Amino acid sequence: MTKLQRYLLNKLAWFLVAFATALVMNFLLIRLIPGNPVDAIVGQMSAGGTATGEALQKMYRAYMEEFGLDQPMWKQFLVYLGNLSRGYLGASFRQYPTPVLQLIRQALPWTIALQLPAILIGWTIGNSLGVLVAYKKGWLDKAVFPMSLFISTMPFYCLSIILVYLFAVNWRIFPASGGYSFAMAPGLNWAFIMSALRHYMLPFLSLVMVFIGGQAVGMRAMSIYELDADYVRFSRSLGVADSRVVRYIFRNGMLPQVTGLALSIGGMVSGALITEIVFSYPGIGFLLFGAIRNQDYPVVQGITLIIMMAVLTANFLVEIAYGFIDPRIRAARAGER
Amino acid sequence: MTIVSQARSVRGASPGILGGLGRSFALAAYNPRFLFALSVFLLIFGFGFLGPIILDRREALLTVGGLYDKPSGTAWLGTDNFGRDVFTQLMYGIRTSLIIGCIAGSVATTLGLLIGTVAGFIGGMLEEILMAVTNVVITIPSIVILILLSIAISTRSIIVMGFIIGITSWPWTARAVRAQASSLRTREHVDIARLSGATPLSLIVSEIIPFMLSYVVMAFVLQLSSGILQEAALSMLGLGPSGNISLGIMLQWALLWESVRTGAWWAFLPPAFLLTLIAFSLLLLQSSIDEIFNPRLRRS
Repeated sequence: MTKLQRYLLNKLAWFLVAFATALVMNFLLIRLIPGNPVDAIVGQMSAGGTATGEALQKMYRAYMEEFGLDQPMWKQFLVYLGNLSRGYLGASFRQYPTPVLQLIRQALPWTIALQLPAILIGWTIGNSLGVLVAYKKGWLDKAVFPMSLFISTMPFYCLSIILVYLFAVNWRIFPASGGYSFAMAPGLNWAFIMSALRHYMLPFLSLVMVFIGGQAVGMRAMSIYELDADYVRFSRSLGVADSRVVRYIFRNGMLPQVTGLALSIGGMVSGALITEIVFSYPGIGFLLFGAIRNQDYPVVQGITLIIMMAVLTANFLVEIAYGFIDPRIRAARAGER
Repeated sequence: MTIVSQARSVRGASPGILGGLGRSFALAAYNPRFLFALSVFLLIFGFGFLGPIILDRREALLTVGGLYDKPSGTAWLGTDNFGRDVFTQLMYGIRTSLIIGCIAGSVATTLGLLIGTVAGFIGGMLEEILMAVTNVVITIPSIVILILLSIAISTRSIIVMGFIIGITSWPWTARAVRAQASSLRTREHVDIARLSGATPLSLIVSEIIPFMLSYVVMAFVLQLSSGILQEAALSMLGLGPSGNISLGIMLQWALLWESVRTGAWWAFLPPAFLLTLIAFSLLLLQSSIDEIFNPRLRRS
């Protein structure tokens, strides 16, 4: 077995262990609610008069049956796993009987469209900026570094709030909320895409700016460390072009940044969830916000599961990529050493 | 001199590290970044803890006006959606946020220090198991665990909030502490102490932990900051401490009642600004402490 294969297998094993732990946590933690969640919600709904007696009875029976809530814990867990394997996450309490999966499926594309480009673009720009600033020093460094530091410590949502206030309320350049104009029905036509893009700008900017700041600060520190390395001095003394030296530094400084990316995905996703709330953006975060307010436990549980899966998978993919990038692992694959 | 008496004298010299700490604090007095960060943080701290006493604001949630009244002589930063004074809430909000951050930071740092030191110092199978757990917990996004736990605990006091945030954020510290502890374990002064018959516990307490102290302080500062931000995040999702006001809860109400879109800046700008300021001052504090303890980072 080559070193790379061993590395990949090792990462896969870790991924599976974390995945299993996440499943168990998601199952157990929601069951810590005193009594059982169905009792709580049914009691509340009948008190609020939102559903008739007969409908409640039906709902209650359906839940008990679907999730085996009157059975011992281990059986419930098996039922839960069985439901999951069929891709069934239960039905929403509030919008009964809409399946949770359907709600998530409507919201997920918005979140992915918001976060994935923000992460990729932010990572690229942030790291390039970090190397550049460290290499050029001088006024560029003096201007960019403190600003990046300040922006990167800013919680995503604080920046979002300020952006909304300035650009949407004060200057009215961009719309303040939603994913598209309420007057339109989602569809693949020009007007809708333009409207969606206009609504996209502010949430995207607030995510990407914080992310660029954080990456630039990290990469700058890495690069300053690298600048001291012998290979940089040697290349310079040989008269190697600046752009080429920067490229060397970038490649060397990038490895820890890739690991950093893997570990920061979790934090970023949670920050982005709240950004969606600020903008009432129709993604997962906004759905979660509503579900928490309405005590819609199946939806909450579905969303937490999706977030955990997404973060773990993203983590795993970055680590796989790392295996291919890191020359210490790759060299062994090519039979060198 | 026998080995043991030599060892004694070296062990006796270990207060030297405390002398080193003293020197570091003397250095701190000349580090402008440290002084700046510390004064900003202390100002915020004083505003939250002394402000209500000095200004005689006994009640945080007293109704003094109408929906989003503009700043005036009586309500310096206007009123919120329930007609409550924003300025007073700000002081109490800072207090709540700081207390929660402090509890979360202490719990997380203690857990991380404990797990990391035990894993790094004892090593072997125990280390493997502890680090396996840490590595799994580190990949599961803590906000998810926090959301699920907060839902399960329907009445959350400030202390409970601090604890649940603390028990979800220790893995980072544990990981870093383990790396340090396992490198310290092989140092000569530890060997000498061991030869002189010190028990593992006293080795950890007097030969390992003092050498990580600067790191532990920095870890606590970062945990404090992230605890405050986690609380704000949870509060904005509607899972804040029940019956209390915090910076995050202020933001939650401001968003729910559309203060941003109606232009009532006094309801959302102050808490957002203070959260940023707290996070920034703590990060600056941490990096300047790093500069003080780590001679390589010192500027000439």
